[in-house]
Amino acid sequence: MHKLLTDQPGATMVLLGNEAIARGAIEAGVAVATTYPGTPSSEISLNFFQISQESSLYFEYSTNEKVSLEVAAATANSGVRSMCVMKHVGLNVAADALMTLAYVGVKGGLVILTADDPFMFSSQNEQDNRYYGKLSGLAILEPSSVEEAKNMIPYAFELSEALQEPVIFRTTTRINHSTAPVTLGAIRERVCKGDFVKDPFNYVTVPAVSRKLHVKLLANLDKAAERSEVSPYNFISGSGTWGIICNGVSFAYLSDAIRDLGIQDKVKLLRIGFSHPMPQKMIKGFLGSCEKVLVVEEGEPYMEEAVKAFAQEAGLTLPINGKGKDLFSRLYEFNPRMVRQVVAAYFGVPCKLEPMVDLSNIPKIPQRPPNLCAGCSHRATFYAVKKAAEGLSTIYPTDIGCYTLGFLPPLGMGDFLICMGSSAGTSCGFSKVTDKKVVSFIGDSTFFHSGIPGLVNAVFNNHNFTFVILDNGITAMTGHQPNPGVDMGLMNLQGYGQISIEAVVRALGVPHVAVIQPYKVKKSIETLREAFNFKGVSVVIAQEMCTLYAKGFKKTKSRAYYVSDKCRNHRDCISQLACPAFFLDAEKVKIDPVMCAGCAVCAQICPENAILPVKA
Amino acid sequence: MSDITRLIIVAVGGQGNLLASSVLGEAALLAGIPLRMSEIHGMAQRGGVVESALVFGNAQSTIISDGEADVLVGFEPSETLRALNKCNARTVVITNLSPLPPFTVAIGKGVYPDIAKLQQLIRAKTARLIALNAVDLAKAAGNVLSVNMVLLGALIQTGILPVTADHVKTAIRTKTKAAFVDINIKALDLGFDAASGQ
Repeated sequence: MHKLLTDQPGATMVLLGNEAIARGAIEAGVAVATTYPGTPSSEISLNFFQISQESSLYFEYSTNEKVSLEVAAATANSGVRSMCVMKHVGLNVAADALMTLAYVGVKGGLVILTADDPFMFSSQNEQDNRYYGKLSGLAILEPSSVEEAKNMIPYAFELSEALQEPVIFRTTTRINHSTAPVTLGAIRERVCKGDFVKDPFNYVTVPAVSRKLHVKLLANLDKAAERSEVSPYNFISGSGTWGIICNGVSFAYLSDAIRDLGIQDKVKLLRIGFSHPMPQKMIKGFLGSCEKVLVVEEGEPYMEEAVKAFAQEAGLTLPINGKGKDLFSRLYEFNPRMVRQVVAAYFGVPCKLEPMVDLSNIPKIPQRPPNLCAGCSHRATFYAVKKAAEGLSTIYPTDIGCYTLGFLPPLGMGDFLICMGSSAGTSCGFSKVTDKKVVSFIGDSTFFHSGIPGLVNAVFNNHNFTFVILDNGITAMTGHQPNPGVDMGLMNLQGYGQISIEAVVRALGVPHVAVIQPYKVKKSIETLREAFNFKGVSVVIAQEMCTLYAKGFKKTKSRAYYVSDKCRNHRDCISQLACPAFFLDAEKVKIDPVMCAGCAVCAQICPENAILPVKA
Repeated sequence: MSDITRLIIVAVGGQGNLLASSVLGEAALLAGIPLRMSEIHGMAQRGGVVESALVFGNAQSTIISDGEADVLVGFEPSETLRALNKCNARTVVITNLSPLPPFTVAIGKGVYPDIAKLQQLIRAKTARLIALNAVDLAKAAGNVLSVNMVLLGALIQTGILPVTADHVKTAIRTKTKAAFVDINIKALDLGFDAASGQ
């Protein structure tokens, strides 16, 4: 039985934050869960996926976050407890649905989890999604620890049902990917079937209906504000006239800092966990009892601005500071030492800091950036594109997936990236106003997620570029999740459709379509060259299963390759492919037989034909 | 700060950092010691660096700032050196000596540090360095993949962590694959022995 289904209230388990969140949802009796994979939220969905195979939980990997929210919006409006999980930028994709769903509301609880990523550990930006609360009028809950994350989920569902509105649950990477002991609670019975009762004048959001619904939303927001005032998740600890207001992981760093600085009886700490609407009365009362206040929040001055406005309303003029010089930055994440230093300086207390070691005489250490795996089909495709484009002046718009790593040297296959699916749309723009050859890259999952509209645009508006779809049969970067093009039979799962990318491309009327097998280097280069020469929209689909994913199915490992004595040290292999299976031994290139996936791309490019298969 | 022990583990993806961390997590639970940890994963499959922070004792933070690690364990020597920013003069450092040069070295975009010099530098800047060839010891235990358990053994030998070898062995039995339990425990013992006298 899946460990998160353990029915032992009071038992303790060491869980990852994401596991704790999934467990919280199980304890809340969640019946429907939808997602598009995105770090740092991915393990929540993985656990739901596994649990759904042995319980009545319905879980799906939806095409993109907008669809995932639409699915959950319908199930929640049919009275079924639903949860929709995504990374922070995913909420941008779902935002169109979110904004008007707030007007319509829900019947069964709906929790929308946004996993924010300060410092952009694995994201293209570090936007602060607390603003979605203000923008949409929905309540936001934010845990400060792994255990609190679990406990807050059932509360979030109760809140959602009390307000008849979706509730946004906001985490950051340090919650999702921290581990701590968690005490299990009771598991609420799951109710999987609901009913939708017709009520078009409250559900079909034409202007006349929406004008009414906006009034309802604002009334619900007032109700949420009342609950925020008395929520157990907004609390004050400590005593004194120095005030600190905080949220999220900053609470953990502050708890340690206050103790380390020995100022427990000088500092009152207000932890905000129900952060939209903010508990106005509570905060005004708190401000009134402080001589100065420090606001400690990663990201934007979201709370700081609200607190300053409350102070003005209450006629208070005490110093309130958060972001600024010698204070906190809007950039990146905080850490315990930084928080301790700023708190000490702000309140004028001594702070002994253990000096770090002197790093000035450490030699430069070679970088260890992530690299495409040994045998990755993307490496082969990028090499072929590079060769086929020799002599051309090029622009390579790229997209989000493992293949993004191809922009690093020595491949250099990537020139512009802003969001999921941007490869298609930006290709249209670049090719319209420049004379360079535009070749763009997109993966299979990203193609379904948001690449199709851009390709439709290219055909309809008659653009001119080559669109390379890297189809490795799985959503790889986030940990091998399914997408609509994947063969689910390989995972021993039945009842799924499978959409052919080639069929979709041809159905769109793309005038030049070709398919390549990237491990066949010479043929791939020829086919790509033909596509590059075509005037108009051309699509080349590179089909080869993700080598890491394929390892799970192969009964025997592919034959490795080795560098024979014919090697004349040209170094084409290492300098052009930089496969991680290569290493240098006494200035000669060698191949690690354990890492080598046997793709034989290096063997095909060696000018001496010195790379040969290891004999059985 | 004195009732808190802060441990940083750095490794190359695939070396088993996260498994070692989860074994320690289980050991701490058995020992009744509060433990919080955090990891940065995602690049583990792609040869990048995996760093985990483990905070034993009554602290709320799950991450460790620069200069605040009590112990640093490096599964790969250049990564141990790279993580020195987490150390101060009182930090105890344990490192594997078998290098895994990154591909940037292979393509001529970096020079792998000299291992003898690396040890000298670390010894000069920290309280103590325990250096072992964890790959040889792992092979002696029966599987080169037990490098992580060898280094855990060395870590336990220092006595700095509030968990015992018995706690860790019980955790190995619950947290690692049944087929590898004996090898993992042997690796732990070999690492433990190798660390004594360093």
